[in-house]
This record gives sequence, C-alpha cells and structure tokens, in this order.
Amino acid sequence: MKRSIFFTMFLVCALHSFSQTRYFSKNTNISFYSSALLEDIEAHNNTSVCVVEAGTGKIELSVPVKGFVFSNSLMQEHFNENYLESDKFPKAAFRGVIASLGNTDLSKDGTYRLSLSGSLYMHGVSNIVNAEALFTVTKGVISASSEFIIKPADYNIKIPLLVRDKIAKTVRVVIDIPLLKKI
Amino acid sequence: MKNVLIVFCAITISMPMMAQDTESLLKGVEDSVPAREKVTGAFKSTRVINAHSLEMLGKGNLDFRILHRFGRVNQGVKQLFGLDAASMRMSFDYGITDNVMVGIGRSTLRKEFDAFIKTRILQQSTGSKSIPFTLLVAAGSTVWTEESFAAVKPDFADRSSYYVQLIAGRKFSSKFSFQISPVFLHRNQVESPGEDENIFAMGGGARYKVSKRIAITADYHHPFSGLPSDNTDPLSVGVDIETGGHVFQLHFSNTSGMNERAYLTQTNEEFFNGDIRFGFNLSRIFKLKK
Repeated sequence: MKRSIFFTMFLVCALHSFSQTRYFSKNTNISFYSSALLEDIEAHNNTSVCVVEAGTGKIELSVPVKGFVFSNSLMQEHFNENYLESDKFPKAAFRGVIASLGNTDLSKDGTYRLSLSGSLYMHGVSNIVNAEALFTVTKGVISASSEFIIKPADYNIKIPLLVRDKIAKTVRVVIDIPLLKKI
Repeated sequence: MKNVLIVFCAITISMPMMAQDTESLLKGVEDSVPAREKVTGAFKSTRVINAHSLEMLGKGNLDFRILHRFGRVNQGVKQLFGLDAASMRMSFDYGITDNVMVGIGRSTLRKEFDAFIKTRILQQSTGSKSIPFTLLVAAGSTVWTEESFAAVKPDFADRSSYYVQLIAGRKFSSKFSFQISPVFLHRNQVESPGEDENIFAMGGGARYKVSKRIAITADYHHPFSGLPSDNTDPLSVGVDIETGGHVFQLHFSNTSGMNERAYLTQTNEEFFNGDIRFGFNLSRIFKLKK
C-alpha cells in the first residue's frame, strides 16, 4: 500500500513536470499601427520575450517599451517621453491563456486557430484583451501570430488637444512570434 | 501513518501547482541584467537656449529654427517693453546620421552668417556596460557681412571667427538634465585694441521638466579673459514648450547674440539690473528621409 502511494506520488509529479513543456522566444516581433487624418504611426519591437506552456496553454509576453523603433526618431522620443512614459513604466506585458486549447496538442504538426484571453499591462494599467491567434507547428517548432485593437485612452494615455488630429483613437497591435524553442 | 503519507503526498503535489499559478512563466527566461539602453530626451531641442545642448537631430530630420531677441524690457511701455525692436536669426539644421548634424544660419545682428558641425562621441546609456554621460563636440565658424566704415576695410578672413565646443552632460532623472560646455573661440580681428583674439569660456546648461511637455531651462557662459571689462556673462532663463513637431523656447536673456561669437563677445548688459530682453526660439522639425 505504502509503495503504491509512493508510486502514485512519483507518477503525478512526473506527469506534472511533463505537462510543463515550455516554448519560448527571445525575439518576438510586436508592431503597432495607427492611421489618423494627418499622420500614420508605425513602430516595431523585436526585443520582447514570450513563453508558452504547451500543457496548460498559459502564455506570457514581456515587452520592453523602449524597444519600439519608429522610422521618425522624434516620434519615438515623444512616444517614450510623453505617451508611454517608459522611464516610469519600462515594461508592458501580456499574461493570459489559450482559452480554446482543449485537446489541441501543440507538439503535433499542424495549423491551429485558437483564441487567447488575458490581461495586457501597459503604462500602469491592466485591461482584459481577447484575441484570436494562429499557431503553426512544424517539426516541434511553433510559430504564432495574433492581432488585436486597443485604445490608448483605456491605458490612461492622454492625447493633448493640439495633436488630436494626428493620433488615432485606436491602435492595431500585431504580434508575430517566429520561433518558440523548447526550454 | 497512512494518513500522514497521504497528506504529505497531497501537499507535495499541490505545492508546485500553487506555485505555478503565481509564478511568472518568464522567470529564468528574461535576462537578469537589462540590455544596454540609450538615454534620450535630455533636452527638448538641440539648443539649451543659445548654446548647443546634449541633443542631436535624428537622421534625415530638418530643423527649421526662427530665433527672435527683442529690445530691453526696462525700456518701458513706450517701447512695449522692448517688443518694438527685434533682432533675428534663421537657421536650418540637418541630421546626416543620428550622431552627426550640420547647420547654417544668419543673424540680423551684423548680418552674420554661421555654420557648424556637431558630433556625438558618447551617448549616456543604462544597463550592461552603461555610460554615465553624453559627450559631444561642436565646431563652427561665423562671418559678418555688414558694411564696414573702417579706414581699412576688413576682408573675409578678418570678419571670420571660429569656435570649438565640448558638451558633456547627463540626464540625471527623467526631469533634470545638466551639462557643461567649455568653448574656445578665435576671432581673426578683435573689436577694440587690448582684446584677445582667443577666448576661452565655460558654459553651463540645465533643464527641469515641470510637466510632460513643459520644461524650465537655463543657459550660462563665463568667458575667462580677453574681453573688455564692461562685458558681462551671457545668461538666459526660459521655458520650453513642446507640441508634437514644434518646440517653442521662450526666455529672458541679457544678450541679443544668437551665435557663439555674438553671445560670447557682445554681451554687456547686467541680467540682475533688469537689462533683460524677451526672446524666443521656434523650432519646427521636418522629416525629410526615412
């Protein structure tokens, strides 16, 4: 009896660690786009880190705000200094779960359209974000992409009256995780 | 015994599960030492007020600047506190790369042209292998083209001056930045006998941000020798207001000089005696190249 308990214990522990297979990426691409009457704004960041836990479907992204690169350096400075206040809030993060993972096995080759839900933290504010993501698995390598729309106002990012025509009220965020290597 | 084992078993199984719920997945994946990050935005503009600041124009950016210096405020209401008289400088600065910029300008005072090149040698950064300060060097020349009534008309070389300036400073916090800027100026011809052709001066500049888009600035130079005794040290105190691509620098100053030769050698008003002038610099940045 004692032995069987020990056996179960080890088995559960082993299973447990097996389910923790994690995939990660150190150069997740995050871009955002907004187009307003007078100005189109676009920035790219490839310094983000992403971890996906295959068994539980948990997904986390950490985004250094200063990693966003604009083609217009003045815009980049204003983004950091006036809007995102990246000295005060150096990181943005997404922490969520693949809600529709079900029995999908991310270790098997294939293409899966799954829904994500979680909280997006940025500029000191967290909001719930739901988005659809496309996972492609080839030979144990997962790549994922997703897209969603956020409003700067939801994240306490104030746009002064003078430049209101230059900055759109919504921003399209595109995430592209090219390689998720097994840890 | 059996019960104890079961409880122990349950605890050991549930513990890692609980830990897993609160622990970030990113632990161990993110670098513990943050990557090197450049510190930007020490000043709102490439000039503190008169002096070159720690800032550079981005690559492909054109900065069109219009500078005005009015008459002395203590002339009273009849001269609308100096606003009836204005001296101006217009300039175009361009960022060749993120670390090299050039500029040309012309002032109404003495109808003087000026040109400069400014290079960033070190940029303040944080993280691994951080650099605690920013270092730049600016070099330029000026030539005045006003008609001379001197017995022997000065030629082009006589009317020229040259300067080289080191600018070292640090953004101490997101609000406060400070810089020092030793400058060496050479004039081919002096204003009056007894003056020195070579002048060495020490400059200081600072800014304090009072809100995201508004900052208080100050800019000061002390020439050490070679100038007439009635010359004073140029001092300017102002406010920077930034609105997107524009920066308005409104200030009070005891000099009407708007290039290095003019404000270092042609200042003779006492700031604290009320011999101050209102002035503004208007900067508009255009993005010319991607």
